[in-house]
Amino acid sequence: MSTWSRFNIASIIFGFAFLYLPIVLLVIFSFNESKLVTVWAGFSTRWYVQLLHNQALLEAAWVTIRVALISATIATVLGTLAALAMTRYTRFRGRMLFSGMIYAPLVMPEVITGLSMLLLFVAIGFDRGFWTLTLAHITFTMCFVAVVVQSRLLSFDRSIEEAAMDLGATPVATFLQVTLPVIAPAVFSGWVLALTLSLDDLVISSFTSGPGATTLPMKIYSQVRLGVTPEINAICTILIGIVAIGVLIASVVSRRREAQRVADERAAFAQ
Amino acid sequence: MSKLGSAIFNRLVIIIPYAWLLFFFLIPFVIVLRISLSTTAVAMPPYTPVFDLSAGWSALVQGIKELSFDNYVWLTEDALYAKAYVSSLFIALVSTILTLLIAYPIAYGMARAPSGIRPTLLMLVILPFWTSFLIRVYAWIAILKPEGLLNQFLLSIGVISEPLIILNTNWAIYIGIVYSYLPFMVLPLYSALEKMDNSLTEAALDLGCTPISAFWRVTFPLSIPGVVAGCLLVFIPAVGEFVIPDLLGGSETLMIGKTLWNEFNANRDWPVSAAVATILLLILVVPIMFFQHAQSKADGEGR
Repeated sequence: MSTWSRFNIASIIFGFAFLYLPIVLLVIFSFNESKLVTVWAGFSTRWYVQLLHNQALLEAAWVTIRVALISATIATVLGTLAALAMTRYTRFRGRMLFSGMIYAPLVMPEVITGLSMLLLFVAIGFDRGFWTLTLAHITFTMCFVAVVVQSRLLSFDRSIEEAAMDLGATPVATFLQVTLPVIAPAVFSGWVLALTLSLDDLVISSFTSGPGATTLPMKIYSQVRLGVTPEINAICTILIGIVAIGVLIASVVSRRREAQRVADERAAFAQ
Repeated sequence: MSKLGSAIFNRLVIIIPYAWLLFFFLIPFVIVLRISLSTTAVAMPPYTPVFDLSAGWSALVQGIKELSFDNYVWLTEDALYAKAYVSSLFIALVSTILTLLIAYPIAYGMARAPSGIRPTLLMLVILPFWTSFLIRVYAWIAILKPEGLLNQFLLSIGVISEPLIILNTNWAIYIGIVYSYLPFMVLPLYSALEKMDNSLTEAALDLGCTPISAFWRVTFPLSIPGVVAGCLLVFIPAVGEFVIPDLLGGSETLMIGKTLWNEFNANRDWPVSAAVATILLLILVVPIMFFQHAQSKADGEGR
């Protein structure tokens, strides 16, 4: 490849170093014996042991996981419906507004979304806590799901749906038995994206959560404000580890599925 | 049954997400607007008037009469707010330009890479996005501190003789924004550059263009949709950014996201924070509509 010059290679290497170096350093210093985060004093796992005894932190982690699982699942259903509405019905009353409400949350500063949702909950007299947090997370993550699923639906061959309908399947049956299996990988990646966005969110959560529903990012944030400690590095390393394992599993699964699909197609042609 | 079922299904597909977004995304903005016209009160909720539909028509009219633009007048009187808006826009603009300058060579290199390794490169760009935003910002504190890793490194190789002060300055904010939003810039650039037909550049070179003028006259103009999408994806959220200026910026750094947060959480002044949010939204509404337009156009072309 003559067009891949040394300049190209160098800019990719520098770019990836910039992206990964801070994370790598953070992980390394989570195993530091010293309480100082920037001076290496030998290998130790004591910060991890200390984490296991931090009850408040474990509770926050549990709240975060529950909110993320519930909100990502509902957001996936709503986001998939929204994507269907956007791609299948190019004309309906208020479509401009609808697409605006799908795209705007993607770039909307979180302080605005958080504040406006909090004021809604106060206005309707809904006590802030676990459920307001979950509702807020559903709302901002469903738009990301909608965009992911929409991009898959745009390249979807609708003739197979029409075939199912012609053969007498109801719209619901067609959706469940024909459309959904085809777009399933996109729906799944939408769900994973919603899950990570929810797990990660600080600003919207801080606005919409109430007593007894402190999430892990809120807990980490309040500790970070007091200074950098190896204990936070240890929590972060665990979270990064979980994400890395998740991504690894997802890529192995999708690669297998792809191989399976290719094999199936070959078998179908051979017949 | 089939016809009726079909009609109901079609309706529900639109109505359910539409109603959800109307109630949880659009109506809240109306409430923000309304509260920005109220006055602070020592009560729960801490503003007045509170509309209670059961109180009847005359109470509602009375409440509407109590609404005022005092908060907006207050925002123009205190120079702090104007400064915060201007400095947020400035910081977001500088960061967007820096992100573009750093992301372009990366995206260009990726698009020119052998097609076999492109998916891997793409995944490596997306991967940091999956790790927590807060963690990625936090990681920079230990690096940028006066006694941090960057200064230790630069001192040890003798480039500098005394530590650079980066943390708690605007430079730390630029670094934080560029770092956090880099994938959002690289991805649209990459997808614009990857689609491009290489033969166009070759033709330009054959016709006597130097590689640099071929880039400026052929490659760059064709990548403009990616540049626009990337810049909007970075600029709009960066204007209202809170975490980065709060953790990496200094106490004298004014950014509107932080001002709003303090107004709300520390001063407990809900009407003023609602007014701050309304003006921020008005500033961003044009770029957001531009983003929506560009996005729908890109989706339309995918058909």
